[in-house]
Amino acid sequence: MNALVEFASVGFTYPQPERTREGGFTLTDVSFGIADGEVFGVIGPNSAGKTTLLRLLTRVVAAERGEIRLEGRPIARLAHAELARRVAVVPQDAPRPFPFSVEQLVLMGRYPHGPGRFFESDDDRVLARAAMAATGVLELAALPLEQLSGGERQRAMLARALAQEPRLLVLDEPTSHLDLRYQAETAALIRRVNAERGMTVLLVSHDLNLAAEVCDRLLLLSRGRVARVGPPAAVLERERLEAVFGCAVSVEVNPVSGRPVVQVAWPQEVRRAGRVG
Amino acid sequence: MSAGRRLALALVVLTGALALVAAISLFVGSAALAPGAVLRALAGRAGAESVESIVTLQIRLPRVAAAALAGGALAVAGVAFQGLTRNPLAEPAVLGVSSGAAFGVVVAQIFGLGLSVLEALGVASFAFAGALLAAAAVYLVAVVPGGLSIQTLLLAGVIVGIFFTSAITVLISIVDFNRLGGVVHWLLGNLAPIPAASLALFAALALLGFWLVLRHARELNLLALGEEAAVQLGVDAERLKRRIFVAAALLTGTVVAFTGPIGFVGLVVPHLLRGVLGQDNRLLVPTALVGGGIFLLAADTLARNLVSPAELSVGVITSFCGAPVFVYLLRTRYRVSL
Repeated sequence: MNALVEFASVGFTYPQPERTREGGFTLTDVSFGIADGEVFGVIGPNSAGKTTLLRLLTRVVAAERGEIRLEGRPIARLAHAELARRVAVVPQDAPRPFPFSVEQLVLMGRYPHGPGRFFESDDDRVLARAAMAATGVLELAALPLEQLSGGERQRAMLARALAQEPRLLVLDEPTSHLDLRYQAETAALIRRVNAERGMTVLLVSHDLNLAAEVCDRLLLLSRGRVARVGPPAAVLERERLEAVFGCAVSVEVNPVSGRPVVQVAWPQEVRRAGRVG
Repeated sequence: MSAGRRLALALVVLTGALALVAAISLFVGSAALAPGAVLRALAGRAGAESVESIVTLQIRLPRVAAAALAGGALAVAGVAFQGLTRNPLAEPAVLGVSSGAAFGVVVAQIFGLGLSVLEALGVASFAFAGALLAAAAVYLVAVVPGGLSIQTLLLAGVIVGIFFTSAITVLISIVDFNRLGGVVHWLLGNLAPIPAASLALFAALALLGFWLVLRHARELNLLALGEEAAVQLGVDAERLKRRIFVAAALLTGTVVAFTGPIGFVGLVVPHLLRGVLGQDNRLLVPTALVGGGIFLLAADTLARNLVSPAELSVGVITSFCGAPVFVYLLRTRYRVSL
């Protein structure tokens, strides 16, 4: 396996652990690798450390123990722009008091490729337009972000990440604000970016079924530790999920894709209350 | 139109407007000179001791230059503070930074520093230190894990402003009043003529602050997405924030040292420019330098002529313009969600 990203015994605690109940959001002795070219998913309950893992990888916070390597080099020794040329993040929706246009947002993805430039180059503009076309927001280029729907905004953010031309595309809860149609489109887009551009994808998601469907391998986090890494069918086992999530689930197989499908086994009282007719 | 073209066009238009306002400002005033006399003085064809020469070259011209410089520097400081705090209401006076700088100036005056170049540099240093102190205090009061809350930031600015204003009052009360001659008038913003050498120092410090902000204008755009997003796009956010912080304090301190704390220029001018040019700081920073000059020069021309031969403080005019804009922004651009 040719690892693009390696976590080696990484540990991290936020400076004020009393603010997080039961030591949530911390990571302990986390080791795994993401192979070049794969779609890798990180799943787990709330406060298991998924977002912390993402923030460590993008150097928003620094690991206290262990080492994170990208292309074999410790990321602590990369300049911010060097890292941003290799790793792009599509964030969850974030507050924005200044209404930039879609095109301005996407052009910001070109910053790490020429941080000394005052204005973007013509090449930057061509690449930004191509990225907008790829995610279907080219006709929205001049609109301010605040006038976009949740799905459009998500695709604008994705276009910005594509304009960054990274080797690793990180998606943080990409479907959390999207209805079913855009969830399906996002899943297809992830697969397409992976296949056509050879981009490695790291997907961080609550949505076990999205992760099972699009990812080659999954990492299940439980209270800041690695519970299991492997192909979806190996990770998404009923007993393990019930232990990690603390509720009864059923796991079936999608007859079309052959991937696992996880559902909550609703408790008796929910079923009775919800019975129709 | 590309951003570069829009910037060039905006600068041409604004520079033309600045020249026009400057010309008007040179030709009007309480001395009631005929336009021909002003022209003679400007062309150097009036005697050096003639009234028109003294009024035009030694009173009006330095004042026009000081107003244009101060306005430009304050507007750029506004853009910088707004980008730094991701808050369109942030501005040197609103944040209490001007009051901190004014405190520094009063302390410098107690030490007897006056208007010669070297002494002016000393006064500016005190003002810069005061501005840094106030800005740091506001930041420390307002910062919470995860960033700056907009409401807390504004309240912290008000509190720090009140504190330094009170400190100034204490100093004025305990120090021999004659040594602080004119300080009360100065505290309202005063564009009294500055000696040419000091004016050059003023220009140099203001342009240094402007340049520091300008070269980080693109990164300020990214910071608007949030600190985490900026880091993920390759910006060294901590270094950027430190530099913008220092540059904005330098701009504020410089203006306060030479003209007193003039409020709201940094609020009104960036707001108007955003309405025309959008959010791109690469367009806003250079146009704010020129646009701020236009605004303060126009305000000062009004202040000199509205109640002629008496004179209003220019800060009164800018506050009358700024307060409604502040309220408008508070009610529309930033609706506090409860």
